[in-house]
Amino acid sequence: MIKDRLGFKSRTKYATVKPRWEPGVQTADGERCPGCGSPPPVEDDARRLMVCPDCGYHFPLGVWERVRLITDEDSFVELDAQIVSGDPLGFPGYVEKLESARQDTGLKEAVVTGMGAVYGQEVVIGVMDGRFMMGSMGLAVGEKITRAFETAREYKLPVVIFTASGGARMQEGMVSLLQMAKTSAAVERFSQSGLLYISVLTHPTTGGVTASFASLADIVLAEPGATIGFAGARVIEQTIRQKLPSSFQKSEFLLDHGMIDLIINREELKGFLYKLLRFHKGRAM
Amino acid sequence: MNYTRPLEFEKDYLELKNKVEELKALALQKNINLNSELEALENRMGVLQAERYNNLTAWQIYQMARHQERPFTLDYINAIFQDFIELHGDRCYADDSAVVGGLAWFDEIPVTVLGHQKGKDTNENLRRNFGMAHPEGYRKAYRLMEQAEKFGRPLICFIDTPGAYPGTGAEERGQAWAISRNLARMSSLRIPIISLVIGEGGSGGALALGVADRVLMLSYAVYSVISPYGCASILLNDANRSEEMAEKLKMTAPDLLNLGIIDEIIPEPLEGAHRNPQKTYQAVEERIRFNLRELLDQDPADLVERRYQRLRKIGRQPS
Repeated sequence: MIKDRLGFKSRTKYATVKPRWEPGVQTADGERCPGCGSPPPVEDDARRLMVCPDCGYHFPLGVWERVRLITDEDSFVELDAQIVSGDPLGFPGYVEKLESARQDTGLKEAVVTGMGAVYGQEVVIGVMDGRFMMGSMGLAVGEKITRAFETAREYKLPVVIFTASGGARMQEGMVSLLQMAKTSAAVERFSQSGLLYISVLTHPTTGGVTASFASLADIVLAEPGATIGFAGARVIEQTIRQKLPSSFQKSEFLLDHGMIDLIINREELKGFLYKLLRFHKGRAM
Repeated sequence: MNYTRPLEFEKDYLELKNKVEELKALALQKNINLNSELEALENRMGVLQAERYNNLTAWQIYQMARHQERPFTLDYINAIFQDFIELHGDRCYADDSAVVGGLAWFDEIPVTVLGHQKGKDTNENLRRNFGMAHPEGYRKAYRLMEQAEKFGRPLICFIDTPGAYPGTGAEERGQAWAISRNLARMSSLRIPIISLVIGEGGSGGALALGVADRVLMLSYAVYSVISPYGCASILLNDANRSEEMAEKLKMTAPDLLNLGIIDEIIPEPLEGAHRNPQKTYQAVEERIRFNLRELLDQDPADLVERRYQRLRKIGRQPS
């Protein structure tokens, strides 16, 4: 069992960190489904998935809701929870912004990493949360992702990362940009050990995260309707002086252009990951 | 001689310098003795030069880094290397002339050189897309990196780009995918890699040639996660505060040396690389030589390991 390997006391970290955002209240009061205008899901199953029962719109999912959805009950053990961002540039207002993001989300950083099981298959898992400073990657996010790959390499486990990010965290300047290089180097090392890496791109995945570890997976999956790209649509519109169609940079657009392997509905995601993991069992053991 | 495209802060100095040179030429031509007048003027010039160029602000350095007359990648390649042969194309879609690369000799050593390439005039800039590469550019770079690895050639990269091009074609053809593959591949190449930031190091598009054993930076170059304009627009919703953001982003060479992002600063002539390119080429050549010699002595496996550890250390508080 994972916990024995780590020598940790059995604990489920998500039970001790109380998320302020419970499933179903992630949308502001009175907010309607952006897909069809229906009220947000109320039924238990739909609330668990946060998928609109009318149109299938996938609402952004918080870290712990994702962990609950993907990993077996009580199997998840958080790694490197102590790693938090400093303020390497002394950037005005950054410390305050970090603090309010922590208050709002109950998270310490924009990613949570750990070990868990998917129908009994052990994996190292990383889940980003787009609500934490837009899921931006600073030193802490880069370091946790890097360590996740290093840990997985050490224990010969596959890695599954759920991305949601606006890109590099500009308040950390070049330190944040270099996290792209660091995480990519970590994926490269991991990959050379013959181990499996699956990324699941969720809404939104853009900028420095797409241009580093997110797109380097052996198998790249995406949730339906997610915005995925390098440059932000606004910047592109300013550059080309044209309005972009709403389908631009959506998962389906990426699939058409050959950038991702498959689009998987949230409801089927865990089962699908299990299938993929089983295919690669026994590699590099 | 006329000093074209002066920046705001250096205008009065360059005007004075211009006058002194005109006066000198006149004295020579008409055979008049103006020695004492010239001496006084030159003294004033020296004082003004120090005042203008010492302690430049980040914003002023940013202007220097983007100066249209600065030497660009091909200038350095032609001045420092011998027998450069440019190779073209990504073997997938196109040849992106915002990135140049090929074979060259450095001190009798065959090397692979790569770099972003800006244009000298409007026509060339349109062709080279102002040094902003599409995925094809990064894929060409990737191909030449693989080639360097195959033949055991050291890799020298020149960084000078406002950023990867943000356009529809670039997105459709996988800009992010192309950049990430370069980052990953550079981290595992078993050859010495030196990257030099010679002008503008704009974000991920710059970093895509920047995962190296040694990162050297010219004293008036900048390297940043986002442009001051972009940062001011996004964070402050006020593009007029770009100058302030240039300072806060810590994009100058001394700041980046402190942060461990770069390894070495190559001093430029006080008035900038474009006012004395020969001197700049000499300095760059000397530092490439020094660093390459050191790297060529290292075992390939050690190179890869040290390159990884170099990245692992960045931003970590000393404990």
